[in-house]
Parts: sequence; C-alpha cells; structure tokens
Amino acid sequence: MTTMPPVADDSARIAAFEARIAADESIEPKDWMPERYRAQLIRMMSQHAHSEVVGMLPEGNWITRAPSLRRKMILLAKVQDEGGHGLYIYCGTETLGVDRQDLVQQLLDGKAKYSSIFNYPTLSWADMGAIGWLVDGAAIVNQTMLAKASYGPYARAMVRICKEENFHKKQGYEIMATLARGTPAQKAMAQESLNRWWWPSLMMFGPHDKDSSNSDELMRWGIKRKSNDELRQRFINLTVAQVKAIDLTVPDPDLKYNEATGNWETGPIDWDEFWRVVKGNGPCNGERIDARRRAHAEGRWVRDAAVAFAEKQQRDNRETTERQQTWTRLGDGATA
Amino acid sequence: MRASHPALAPALLRIADDRLILGHRTSEWCGHAPILEEDIALANIALDLIGQATLVLQHAGAVERAGRNEDALAFFRDATDFRNALLCELPRGDFGVTIVRHFFHGLYSVLQWDALARSTDQTLAGIAAKALKESRYHVRHAGEWVIRLGDGTEESHRRAQEAVDALWPYTGELFMQPADEADLVAAGTTADVSLLAGPWRAQVDDVLRRATLRAPSDPWMQRGGRDGRHTEHLGHLLAEMQIVARSHPGAQW
Repeated sequence: MTTMPPVADDSARIAAFEARIAADESIEPKDWMPERYRAQLIRMMSQHAHSEVVGMLPEGNWITRAPSLRRKMILLAKVQDEGGHGLYIYCGTETLGVDRQDLVQQLLDGKAKYSSIFNYPTLSWADMGAIGWLVDGAAIVNQTMLAKASYGPYARAMVRICKEENFHKKQGYEIMATLARGTPAQKAMAQESLNRWWWPSLMMFGPHDKDSSNSDELMRWGIKRKSNDELRQRFINLTVAQVKAIDLTVPDPDLKYNEATGNWETGPIDWDEFWRVVKGNGPCNGERIDARRRAHAEGRWVRDAAVAFAEKQQRDNRETTERQQTWTRLGDGATA
Repeated sequence: MRASHPALAPALLRIADDRLILGHRTSEWCGHAPILEEDIALANIALDLIGQATLVLQHAGAVERAGRNEDALAFFRDATDFRNALLCELPRGDFGVTIVRHFFHGLYSVLQWDALARSTDQTLAGIAAKALKESRYHVRHAGEWVIRLGDGTEESHRRAQEAVDALWPYTGELFMQPADEADLVAAGTTADVSLLAGPWRAQVDDVLRRATLRAPSDPWMQRGGRDGRHTEHLGHLLAEMQIVARSHPGAQW
C-alpha cells in the first residue's frame, strides 16, 4: 500500500489531531480523524479479526483428537475465544464506518490479509502446545503494545483480548512442558513441533523495520508504539528462556547471547519464505480460504432463513411473546 | 465405601456417553458454522456437553471401582462398550440436522436432568442441577433455530423437515427404559425415562407447529445404543477421538 497525501483533509484539523495524538489522548469513533488514519485502522483491525477467525482452523483440526477430556475442553474453549475475539474486533472495526459483511467478503475474495502463521499446517498434538505458547505468545507481545494504541475502541479490545491470550499461552506452554517431561515419543513430538513453529513465529512480527512499508505512519499516529524488530527481540528474549526451562532446543545453530545488550541474537530469518507465504504460496493458504468459503457458502441458506424469519417476526410480534413463554415453561412439571 | 448397585455404573455410562458423543459431534463444527455467532454458540454447547460427560464419567469410574478414570472410560473403551443413544452418534449433517438433533436431545436432557436433580445419589443430583441450567440454554438456542429454519425460506423449511424426518426414528430409544435399571429407579437413583416421553412429545409438537413442521407418523423406532449395538458411524468417530490417546498408552497429557 502506498502512502497518499491527505489532500481531502484541511491542515489545521490534521495539526489538531496530531497534537491530540502527541498528548496521548484517546481517539474515539465520533472524533474527527484523517481519512488515512481511518483507512490504516480498518486495514489493521480487519486483518486482526480475520486472523482470529482463520486461526480457528489449524487448532480446530485437533479438537476431535485431543488426548484427554480436560485438553479437549481447554482447546474448545480456546478456539471459542478466538471466534469471540474475531467478533469483538469486527464490531470494533464497524465503529469506523465499515460493515462486517463487507470485511468478511474481502477475506473470502482473497483481497484481505490475515496472519500468515495460520497458513502452516498442524501436524501433531504438540502443535496445540506450540501454537498456544509461541503464536499466542507472539500475539501478546504485539497486542500489549496495541493496548496503548491511539484509537480507543481498538486499545480497549486489546486489553480484554490480552487477558484471554495470556491464558491461551499458559495452556500451550503447559502442553509443551508436559510433553517434554513425558515419554521419549512425547518429548520428540514436542521438539519436532518447536522446530517447525519457531521461525514462522519470529516472522509474525513482520519484516525488519527498514523493509516495513506501513510502520512509519502507524508509529506517527500512535497506532503502533514499538517497531517490528523491537517487538521481535522482546519475544525472542522471553521465549529462549522458556525453551531452556523445559529442556527443549531452539532450532537455530547461530543463536547466541549478547552480554552487552542482554539480547539473544538469532541467525538470519528466511524472508523469502515469509514473502512467499504472505503472497499466497504457503502450505495451507488455499485450504484455509477454501474452508472459510465453504462454510460461508454452505451457511447461506441458514443466514437467508434467519433474515426471512426476522422479517416475518416484525410483522407479528405476538408470536415472539408466546414463544418466550414456551422457553420459560420448559421442563416444568415434567416429572411431577 | 459401600459397594454400589451393579447397575449404577452402566446407568451412569448411558447418561455420560450421550453427552460425550453428542459433544464430540458438535465440536466438529468449530470454525465451519454458517455465521461466527454460531461457531461460538456451538463450541459453547460442545464444551458444556463434554463437561457434563466428564463429571458423570468421573462418578461412573468411582462407582465402578475398577481403577478407570474419566479418560480411561472415554479413550480406552471400544464402540461396543459405549452406551449412548444412536441419535448422538449420527454424522453432524448440515446445520439443520445439527439443530434438530440438539433440539430433540436437548429437550430430553432438560427433562432427564430435571428428574435426576432429585436423585438420591447426591453426586448425580449435584451434576444434574448444574447441567439442567446448561441444557435449558441449549434447547432454547436449538428451538429458536428450529422455528427460524422451519418458518424461514422454502429451502430452510425443506431442509428442516428432512432433518426431522431423518432423525425421528432415533428419538424413540431415548425413552426406552433399560430393564436393568428397575432397582435404581425404585430407589430414586435414576429416572424412569419412559415417563419423559409424554412431556417431550407435547413440547416437540408445540415447537414443530410454530415452525410449520410436522412429526412423521411412522411409529417404527431404531434402538441398540443403550446395549452397545451401534451404527457404523460410532467406530469412525471413536477412531478419530481415541487415536492420540491410544497411540501413547500410559502417557500423561
């Protein structure tokens, strides 16, 4: 996306707006904002919502195979949370004057992006651990920063979502820790999964700062508060210690600790792979969109029925009242 | 602890397996529902059902005193040892089948939990009281959709009626009282499910009427699940559900 000059907005308003940003004021839906600010937020927030919804698929893939009832329930609750986050952020995006249906259509048409991490397949139970730990862990680092974003509805959504993501990360790490101290086969499963998810999770923070086209503007308007590389480094420092604590190995022969900076430094990230997956050629890009399209197409008759019924209801309110009474009576006197 | 009646553990498995298998089927929807709100609702229902199953399986394991916990009972029993009604194991079908099944079974569940909440088995009564609240929500959710689909468009009406017709022969089994539970019913431990058929039918008819749907008139009913004689579908469901657990016997998760 190229940066367009905000020709339509008058410069005094922009100056006042930027003064509010500089003073750390929260921008609210009814406040005036530059069209470019609005567009950037819609792009970011809808991508975020799409990511939550598409992100239900790789984990949903293992709900029916979870190896214990407790794990099955935790995973179901987690994937349900992702759906809730998606809904919540779509609603937040609607405060910017767009319609959720249009945003969903952009996703189905392949015109909207979502986090590339969900274009990787989930191949073992350990992937449920790796995703919770690494993918949600990386998301938390990013979203903790976004919780201070200048747009109020987005910032508040992030505060709430981060609380749940912390639970997701904890359960993921717990899965990995349990596997790592389990049978040799379980430990091997955990390491194999870490090997596959490590690099893609580092890529979640986006390209290096020098190659990130949207970053400058997002930082200037207080939508982002930290750069991709700063956030990535924070994630690496947190995660390396966690890998060591459960006696697994970071799959990077070049990993080394820099005494001077206190940072763990990784070997080079394969940006060719990153761009390949972003541009549509990852292992599951096609499958993920196909799954969303299929659900949407197969659900059309259901949505149509809901609309048709709601229209009939408006014509006859009496029926609704009667039905409400049916539900309240349910089960009463059944065994009396 | 005093030895329990030998019919109690099997009776508890009948209760638990319905919720486990139906919950599992419902969880298959996650990420594939017609609208995001239904992804969330169906995941929530699946979660409630598997939660109910877990509590009853724990109780069954304790009563049985054979050293099996809820996971051993869920993941290491074969299809012939499952006691769920056939209705619960049928493939998820389209959204209409899913909704009509939830309505039929949810209404049965409300009536059954309501009766079990007065069980002389305090553990079971406690589980039932909690589950009753959840099941009331489930049947309300499903019932609203039955009416919407039945009285929505021509296509939704057709699909809803097809679901009613396909699932109807599997509803009779819910109300066939297992012979080995006579002592338990006499002692007030479990509920005589045959007594639930009347109230169930009255409320089903009420909702179907509002949905402009009709109940089939053919009285023939499928049966077998309560005795371990299942459809071909259960084996496949269990193969998927149990694969990881059985590949690593003795492992902790």
